[in-house]
Amino acid sequence: MNDGFAVGRAIPRLEGKEKVTGQLQYLSDLKIPHMLHGKILRSTVAHGRIKRIDASKAEQLPGVVAVLTRDDVLRNTQHKSHYGPVFKDQTVVAIDKVRYVGDPVAAVAAADAAIAEEALELIEVDYDPLPTVCTPEEALAPDAPLLHEFADRPEHEFADLKDIAGVSGTNICSLFKLQKGHAARGFAEADRVFEDVFSTPAAQHAALESFTTVAQFDPSGRLTVWSTVQNPFVIRDQLAELFNLPESMVRVIVLYLGGSYGSKQYPKLEPLVAALAHKARQPVGITLTREEVFHTITKHGATVRLKTGVKKDGTIVARDCQVYLNTGAYAEIGPRVCKKAGYTAGGPYLIPNLNIESRLIYTNCVPAGAFRGFGVTQTTWAHESQLSMIARKLNIDPLEMMLKNLVDEGDEFATGERIQSFGLRECLQKAAQAIDWGKKSRSTDSSKAIGKGLACAIKSTITPSSSSAHMRLNDAGTVHVYVGTVEMGQASDTTMAQIAAEELGIPIDRITIVHSDTDLTPYDLSTSSSRSTFHMGRAVQLAAQDLKRQLALSGTGAHSVVGSGTVNTNTLKAKGEHQTSAFWFAGAGAAEVEVDRETGLVRVLRYAAVVDVGKPINPVHCEQQLRGAAIFGIGQALLEQMVYQDGLLINPNFLDYNLPRFLDVPKELIAVLVEHPHAEGPHGAKGIGETAIIPVAPAIANAVEDAVGARVNELPITPERVLRALRAAEMDAARGAVLSN
Amino acid sequence: MKRAIRVTVNRTEHVLSVEPCETLLDLLRNHLNLTGAKLGCDQQVCGACTVLLDGLPVSSCTVLAVDVDARQVLSIEGLAEGQELHPIQHAFLRHSAFQCAYCTPGMIMAIKALQDQVPRANDDQIRHFLAGNICRCGCHVEILEVARAILGTPSTPPREVLP
Repeated sequence: MNDGFAVGRAIPRLEGKEKVTGQLQYLSDLKIPHMLHGKILRSTVAHGRIKRIDASKAEQLPGVVAVLTRDDVLRNTQHKSHYGPVFKDQTVVAIDKVRYVGDPVAAVAAADAAIAEEALELIEVDYDPLPTVCTPEEALAPDAPLLHEFADRPEHEFADLKDIAGVSGTNICSLFKLQKGHAARGFAEADRVFEDVFSTPAAQHAALESFTTVAQFDPSGRLTVWSTVQNPFVIRDQLAELFNLPESMVRVIVLYLGGSYGSKQYPKLEPLVAALAHKARQPVGITLTREEVFHTITKHGATVRLKTGVKKDGTIVARDCQVYLNTGAYAEIGPRVCKKAGYTAGGPYLIPNLNIESRLIYTNCVPAGAFRGFGVTQTTWAHESQLSMIARKLNIDPLEMMLKNLVDEGDEFATGERIQSFGLRECLQKAAQAIDWGKKSRSTDSSKAIGKGLACAIKSTITPSSSSAHMRLNDAGTVHVYVGTVEMGQASDTTMAQIAAEELGIPIDRITIVHSDTDLTPYDLSTSSSRSTFHMGRAVQLAAQDLKRQLALSGTGAHSVVGSGTVNTNTLKAKGEHQTSAFWFAGAGAAEVEVDRETGLVRVLRYAAVVDVGKPINPVHCEQQLRGAAIFGIGQALLEQMVYQDGLLINPNFLDYNLPRFLDVPKELIAVLVEHPHAEGPHGAKGIGETAIIPVAPAIANAVEDAVGARVNELPITPERVLRALRAAEMDAARGAVLSN
Repeated sequence: MKRAIRVTVNRTEHVLSVEPCETLLDLLRNHLNLTGAKLGCDQQVCGACTVLLDGLPVSSCTVLAVDVDARQVLSIEGLAEGQELHPIQHAFLRHSAFQCAYCTPGMIMAIKALQDQVPRANDDQIRHFLAGNICRCGCHVEILEVARAILGTPSTPPREVLP
């Protein structure tokens, strides 16, 4: 598709100057008049009943304005005590039980943070400890203690989660099943059947900006919340319900975010801070410490058992996927993660006989929620690792085996729909080409070996969903665009401005983006699921067309012309066809690594991230998304893991939790944009925020095996694990040699 | 007990009364309302709070305010000359070397220190010098381009464009 006047151009970020001068205001840079500082008392036990809680000494400390405990929550019949986006299993502060180390038990609002912190030490809490479960295996044991005694029915706030249910009397929070064909018959037809287990640990989003929430109740009862969130409208609705207010009485305002990657979604601090502000009758603000962020939300640790039946030529005839996701102490948005992980657990392949079961399991760990890749990084780690393992054993080129089984445009996917706009084949071919697939490289150092690996990914976007945009023409030929989309670094403001400028035919500097304020901007489900460019971008385009239509009718550049545009996606398409996703992500990754046989250290020398973007609204920002996601993925593959010991997280800081740094970034990091336009996206564009992270870990693991013949099934691929896998491979080879003698 | 200190921040001298437990970052953000330097890890390992102290890069989250008495601090707010951006800031814009930009003020100050101290740094030295600054959005490639452009280090030739 040809580049336009503004679309397709490398227009710099609108807020660039503010960002490079340090003048851009994040929420914790803002000073709200008369704001009190809040601090949270957190559970020191992983699982226990609260026997007694006494805050009287804390309340008497000079400078303390309010202390919030379960007594306030229970006494206040005006407000509800429970919330949660799917199951209402969270309380403003702990009421009867605590379920993980770090669970909020009480909170203090004081004149300054030091006083609030001092007051926390004066709150007395006695716990009756209960047995704890930290892994899905422990949580599913027959005599396991239950985290939540009452399996609530889900609240039907989200249309895509209507069918979600847990298994009562167990720690299974939700269960998702997908079947196609007849798995047992498929395995019977297979020449070879492979069974493997793959695991990934809980991990941190590690946005450099922490969580901050400021809440203020007006004398009229109106609640205003400034918060670091990706989905202000969901927060508004949850707070309205919790505080028994109409939605119009709750306003949620989001400034620019200092990164998020899925972490800043669904209620985090908001219920607690708002309840504290209500009691204090003054605005209250809380910014979490880094250690508290580690105890707020994580990626789902997962175990995936894969059984795959293949023909000798590499054709996959049957697959069974058993997915176990550790969702920690509260459901949060886990049920959706469980479902999304389930949809594509079989991989982007045409498999006639498929059985998928995805389980979300409560444990006494930090709650897990949305994380870039949303469950699909975990399942892709399994199926893309196994595919290369199988290809190796069948003596087939992994690329050939992938291409042989791949889903293409027009094919019917496991979900039962025909896939549209899906350039995965081209992505894979270009990824392979980018690292000279098929050509062997040798290390100059005899103790090191070089190998190459490939992986690809498919993921769905949340469907149904809704986004609206408004556009106001000002007198000087300038335009204000109102979008609920949250600018968190992905350049959404610039993307929306480019789409508006293109449609209106005006220079980009005449456009002002007003973003993410539930009182000003029209409804948007969320800035997540890589959905903003596709949904909000199209809504902006429609709003501009509406504005032009009205101007043509009135014939003048009259004041107060407002255009509006709305995009609603549904699971039922116009032609009566069913769809689980409004568009599908397609991406591939290719890694070239060097493995040190003596130390087990893996270095990524070259990495290519190739993604079908539909149409790049801004090619520079698209490439940045791809490279950024690739580096994030390298961290997940080689470095990052949250480590628990007896229910205690032992590395809740950046000193002990390793993040990728400049020395971890490959010398060659290639981003390639593939363009298979989508008929419903603005100018053909699709979302790309998550795609490139998904294939990174398996591409690297496949490259490690190619280099040294050692297979690591557990993330991250640490030097210890590589050495252990090398020993195992050597022993296998020795055994093989003995047998053949 | 509060202590009085005299400190020069961005070429302006200030006399301030600070608590012994306050950090240089608290001093900048709370006393002087200079919020460009950010709190990230609070333990000197992420670089978001990097400023120059007597010309050397420090993590202002772990420098005590009382220890900057009679010293010179340069923060991101003092880098531009009036309305004219510093060349590093221009380069950040030109190379689109940021996404969320929470790390950007610290990253820019670290590159300023690199420029002052290792003006002939090669690629490996640049990577080592910047290893203490985390960019979670993953703009490392663009930031390296900025550093190379500022130092005049030849950049690796771009790869052939794929067909």
